[in-house]
Amino acid sequence: MYRWLLCFRYLRTRYIALASIISVTLGVATMIVVNSVMAGFSAEMHERLHGLASDILIECHTSGGMPDPDLHLREIEKVCGDKIAGSSVSVHVPAMLGIEFNGQLITRHVNLVGIDPKTYDTVSHFGRYLLHPENQEQVDFRLRDTGFAPDREDFPASGWGYRRAKAAWDIALAAEHQRLQSLSSPQNPNNEADSEGPSFTPSFSQEMISSDDPATAHEFDPATEQFPGIVLGISTCTTRMRDDENNVVDHYYARPGDDVRMMFPNASDDTKVLNQKFTVIDLYESGMSEYDSTFAFVSLDKLQDLRGMVDPASGVRSVTTIQLKLTEGANLNEVRDELRRRFPPDLYAYHIQTWRDMQGPLLAAVRLETTILNILLFLIIAVAGFGILATFFMIVVEKTRDIGTLKALGASGSGVMSIFLTYGFLLGVVGSGAGLIGGLVFIHYINHIATAIEWFTGQEVFDPTVYYFTKIPTIIDPFTLSWVVAGAVAIAATASVLPALRAAKMHPVRALRFE
Amino acid sequence: MDSKTNDIVLRAVDLYKSYHKDSVEVPVLRGINVEITRGNISALVGRSGSGKSTLMHMMATLDKPDRGEVHFCGRRIDNASRAQRDAYRNHDIGVIFQFYHLLPELSAIENVLAPEMIARSAWSYFKHRKEARLRAEAMLDRVGLLHRAKHKPSEMSGGEMQRTAIARALMTDPTLLLADEPTGNLDTETGQSILSLLEQLNRDDDLTIVMITHDDAIAEQADVCYRMQDGQLDSRPALFQVA
Repeated sequence: MYRWLLCFRYLRTRYIALASIISVTLGVATMIVVNSVMAGFSAEMHERLHGLASDILIECHTSGGMPDPDLHLREIEKVCGDKIAGSSVSVHVPAMLGIEFNGQLITRHVNLVGIDPKTYDTVSHFGRYLLHPENQEQVDFRLRDTGFAPDREDFPASGWGYRRAKAAWDIALAAEHQRLQSLSSPQNPNNEADSEGPSFTPSFSQEMISSDDPATAHEFDPATEQFPGIVLGISTCTTRMRDDENNVVDHYYARPGDDVRMMFPNASDDTKVLNQKFTVIDLYESGMSEYDSTFAFVSLDKLQDLRGMVDPASGVRSVTTIQLKLTEGANLNEVRDELRRRFPPDLYAYHIQTWRDMQGPLLAAVRLETTILNILLFLIIAVAGFGILATFFMIVVEKTRDIGTLKALGASGSGVMSIFLTYGFLLGVVGSGAGLIGGLVFIHYINHIATAIEWFTGQEVFDPTVYYFTKIPTIIDPFTLSWVVAGAVAIAATASVLPALRAAKMHPVRALRFE
Repeated sequence: MDSKTNDIVLRAVDLYKSYHKDSVEVPVLRGINVEITRGNISALVGRSGSGKSTLMHMMATLDKPDRGEVHFCGRRIDNASRAQRDAYRNHDIGVIFQFYHLLPELSAIENVLAPEMIARSAWSYFKHRKEARLRAEAMLDRVGLLHRAKHKPSEMSGGEMQRTAIARALMTDPTLLLADEPTGNLDTETGQSILSLLEQLNRDDDLTIVMITHDDAIAEQADVCYRMQDGQLDSRPALFQVA
């Protein structure tokens, strides 16, 4: 009993000991904040990677792809039908995106993906990352009138309205251009020197349009017609930068309603490059720069037709990729291995992976980072343990006479020892408790704190040109919390063992006579 | 014979103790024989360094003799197990010191309760806390300090602290009270009131008291006086014995 009473009294009267556990408090708080932010990042990343990649991906590396996907799906159904919750087939093909901008062609390397809009959403999160609310429900690759990104104030005008206005503007511009040329060329034949330098007129777009099929078949009217629809990853057609006032501004080279060009190989063995115009019908923003800057989606049927992936005799279509969504709790690796046994690599040029396999290095890097951070931060708490050790030795020396008194009153060595062990334990509890509360409060207000730090230092903590998160994601894992707190308490208690032993071994007479 | 043995509360037989300092042996006790009779106030008188405190520490089992035995009520205690010695200090004897040795973090009543808390586990103490508190209040009342029960030692005078220490020593109803210069740090008047309190306890409760002092005047009031010199008892133990 006396040990508890004395512990609580020491706790209330010895502020120096409380000071010694501030480092425990800070360590615990930091660990909690770091872990929850890392967990938030990693969960967000997992969620996005997983959402984009589907559970299991069967890719075929031949240019013609795998014929008859339905047959494949039936075969997969036989192998592991009970674990499959959804499936979708698609065509992936490397492509070059060309965006006309001020008479120049901006080119980007992208993965052109032909998707089946009906099933694609069952295997991965696709729709939810589109900007138009109706496309989020169901995308049909037709340009919509207006209403893109209703939650973004600075999103430029897009859709049919924008397309019609742009077509009218282009016609007017061309007419004006022609008029100017007809005026200037006879009068100023030597004026060509002036036109050197960057040209601000479309120098080749007319030619390229004229080479496209729809345009040759009949006069293509951009005000009323569209090319096949395409969804561009948002980073393929935007740049993000800061203006003079340091605000983040997105500039769109292409937006829904604009036409872009895609160059990609056809599926025949005698590979030719196709050059096809598409109309941007929406943009795709997942927050993963890897995806946003390399993907473009078109309709599966359209891509198969363009690439010649339809058998002219039977009408059977080919795909390059089968994506599977598994039931909740199914073992991904098990299903992958079953499929690998069914489609052995020596017979099929298929690459069968889970989404974790695909993102393995990235996930491993994040895990390693978290582990190392935890080790480092735990070392901080361990250092705090030595502070407690030193402080406790001082307290034991200070309490020498009291220890003698207690022994004279019949307290046992272990009883005296337990006073200091309990004291250390309680200090650990108080320190890590304060750290726990502090950490949780910090996490709760982390975005406010980030803003405050930005204001204070003038430096952006969370640069939106780098990260696509608008808020710092955090996840509080009770398991991690309890481990951190338990570890800190254990360190504080361990640090008090040596001083407590010293107190227990103290000779009562010498202790009583201690001045 | 039986009744005589029963009357001896504490018996020290041929006690030897020496301290070693850098291979120099400093003898402190050199063959001490003491018998403390029940109901007596025995005084241990001697100059500082005469070994009287060491003798008392042996009696309280706070220290071990190099040679010799200490018996309490016929039971040898100097070589008893650690737990038995702890229990002996807790139950059978009460000790008061020159410098009071109260625990500064605890109030007067908590200091008085300390032996009871040490004796019992937390749960057992919790169950008996009401009786324990009543007894502690009674003890404080006995030494005239009930009104200061909530005060910390730092808020009390020397005399009050010594009274609190006496109340603490009485808490477990000991057979023997060992007092190490109880008045050594007090002015004459306050010291006298402490002595009267001890005498009163001896008279009313038949409490056996062993008191160390270097004041002959105080020693004269004792029933038995042992005079110590250089680790040995003076050959005239009965000199101050009250008839």
